[in-house]
Amino acid sequence: MDLFEYQGKQFFASYGMSVSPGEAVTTVADAVAAAERLGVPVMVKAQVHTGGRGKAGGVKFAADIDAVRTHAANILGLDIRGHIVENLWIEKASDIAEEYYASFTLDRSAKQHLGMLSAEGGVEIEAVAEDNPDAIATIWVDPVDGLTEDQCRQWVLSANLNPGVTDQTVELLLKLYEAYTRGDADLVEINPLIVTPEGRVHVLDAKVTLDGNAGFRHDLAPFDTTQPRDEREAAAHAKGLQYVGLEGSVGVIANGAGLAMSTVDVVNQAGGRPANFLDIGGGANADVMASALEVINNDPDVQSIFINIFGGITRGEEVANGIIEAMSRVDIASPIVIRLDGTNAVLGWHLLEPYLSDRLVILPTMLEAAREAVALAEGAAS
Amino acid sequence: MSIFIDESTKVVYQGLTGSQGRYYGMLNRDYGTQVVAGTNPKKAGTDVGGVPVFATVADAVDATGANASCVFIPAAGVRSAVLEAAEGGVELIVVITEGVPMHDEAYFYNKLKADYPGVRLLGPNCPGLISPGKANIGITAGHIAKEGGPVGIVSRSGTLTYQALYELKQKDIGCTTCVGIGGDPVPGTSFIDCLAAFEDDPETEAVMMIGEIGGSAEEEAAEFIAANVSKPVVAYIAGLTAPPGKKMGHAGAIVSGGKGTAQAKMDALAAVGVHIGQSPSEAGDIMAEVVATL
Repeated sequence: MDLFEYQGKQFFASYGMSVSPGEAVTTVADAVAAAERLGVPVMVKAQVHTGGRGKAGGVKFAADIDAVRTHAANILGLDIRGHIVENLWIEKASDIAEEYYASFTLDRSAKQHLGMLSAEGGVEIEAVAEDNPDAIATIWVDPVDGLTEDQCRQWVLSANLNPGVTDQTVELLLKLYEAYTRGDADLVEINPLIVTPEGRVHVLDAKVTLDGNAGFRHDLAPFDTTQPRDEREAAAHAKGLQYVGLEGSVGVIANGAGLAMSTVDVVNQAGGRPANFLDIGGGANADVMASALEVINNDPDVQSIFINIFGGITRGEEVANGIIEAMSRVDIASPIVIRLDGTNAVLGWHLLEPYLSDRLVILPTMLEAAREAVALAEGAAS
Repeated sequence: MSIFIDESTKVVYQGLTGSQGRYYGMLNRDYGTQVVAGTNPKKAGTDVGGVPVFATVADAVDATGANASCVFIPAAGVRSAVLEAAEGGVELIVVITEGVPMHDEAYFYNKLKADYPGVRLLGPNCPGLISPGKANIGITAGHIAKEGGPVGIVSRSGTLTYQALYELKQKDIGCTTCVGIGGDPVPGTSFIDCLAAFEDDPETEAVMMIGEIGGSAEEEAAEFIAANVSKPVVAYIAGLTAPPGKKMGHAGAIVSGGKGTAQAKMDALAAVGVHIGQSPSEAGDIMAEVVATL
């Protein structure tokens, strides 16, 4: 779950880190009112779930209220890498003497937490890693032991920051680690972490990804602002389905992420284009199958539907009942090709037998079923 | 032989009294697995289908000699369930539960490594493992696997694991052990752990490996294979046509910044002599050819 910058700053502030005062707004008038309350100069910052905001013109300095009005009008509605700006963060401007970089995330290879700290902040860290890897000080933290103050101090010293801010930086990074672990974040990143001309260490940007699996420990609802990229994804997510919209004509329903990915691959291999990735999950029952079919059926680009199920947790008769129930609920516009194997597959086949036609076909293998689904989609298109 | 489990493995099911635990615990028992105990602190002294329920794993181990645990506890309780199992004295902990927070996984993985180095953790978010004809721990449908050998299977994906077992059975090829390591960010058992065990197992003569996009586990496995594996390996990687930046279901399955692509993984594996199938079926066909030459 990716947070907007302002949410990330609120998250950091709740762990005692110093962030700039600011307000989140959605209109030019509110942007102006916020700037008047905060006092100019302010920064007008686009709030989108992607990087490269500055280059795209989504972050502007406003010396006076007129500039706030101009920038807010220009940035609202701006398209940044496919994300339309709907929210702005109006923040009291900071004077910057130095820009650093700091982050924590999981190193999946080492199976430990990885902290990265650099005196070269304010630019993309990938570029620093490429051009001057020695400029990034790394630390691996054992999740059991946690980050001690001594380790943190050694890490900060090894990053060759301004020696005058060592104590403040140590204190801030310990809080950042606490936010990362206690807050169940997959990623916490500050770029830039600035030093002001007065020598104060301060969080100027915040990139935070929270772990949606930790919802039982935290109230994540306020942070769930992920905007579905299209109506299909919105409908699927509302039904709790793992759906990713693609651009083809073969609707895909499979159980298990791996099989769903593989199904998308096999449709491509058979010369077709999948319309989506849809994983109905482990314990998928008739209701889930019916919901999945409804979502696929509402996609106007879909010309055929490929249901690929291998039973483990999911049982064949449940899958069959789901398909039958969905057909009774919804007028399915496209022909369906089914490949059903695994637990109780035979029971499922028997249940489906009375419904078989040229609009509902069962085939024994993934590849045969994919070819048939592709042929049906092409037939419908021509 | 088989790896990690065999007919002598005695399993305690944490969460046997829940609907999933009961369903799969009983299926595993019907398959022939020694399902010796369940745990539930509120239902100690009762039984599920004749299997006694104890308050803790330690009690179950004392009473039944259980040496493995299978966890069907909801995600919020998995961290303490895993630590309880390790303290209780089992040697293998199989966590089926999905949706476990990353920080919990990172914690108990490292806690076990430090304090219980003899304990093997498999999962979370995995289908478990099966040594066909000997034992089945988890949610794999036992009838889709042919017993014997000579193939060992290791897979990051649940349903593709079943797919692989089924493909091989169709071709009358047996499996020594099939291990589903799961698709989470911190898997307790890695491709490398399984490859090493299969290399040491005299009855395993070839290995089927199923990976997917995201992370670098397949690339690390390729390095390990080059240095340590003499047996033929056939691999399939899911997600060849997955668009970058979109998470494909599993927490770990995402192509980001050009890293973790299926093509890169296939290239890394092919470079060390692994046979690559472009689909699960093709991987099955290639494995049949490999087995024919053994």
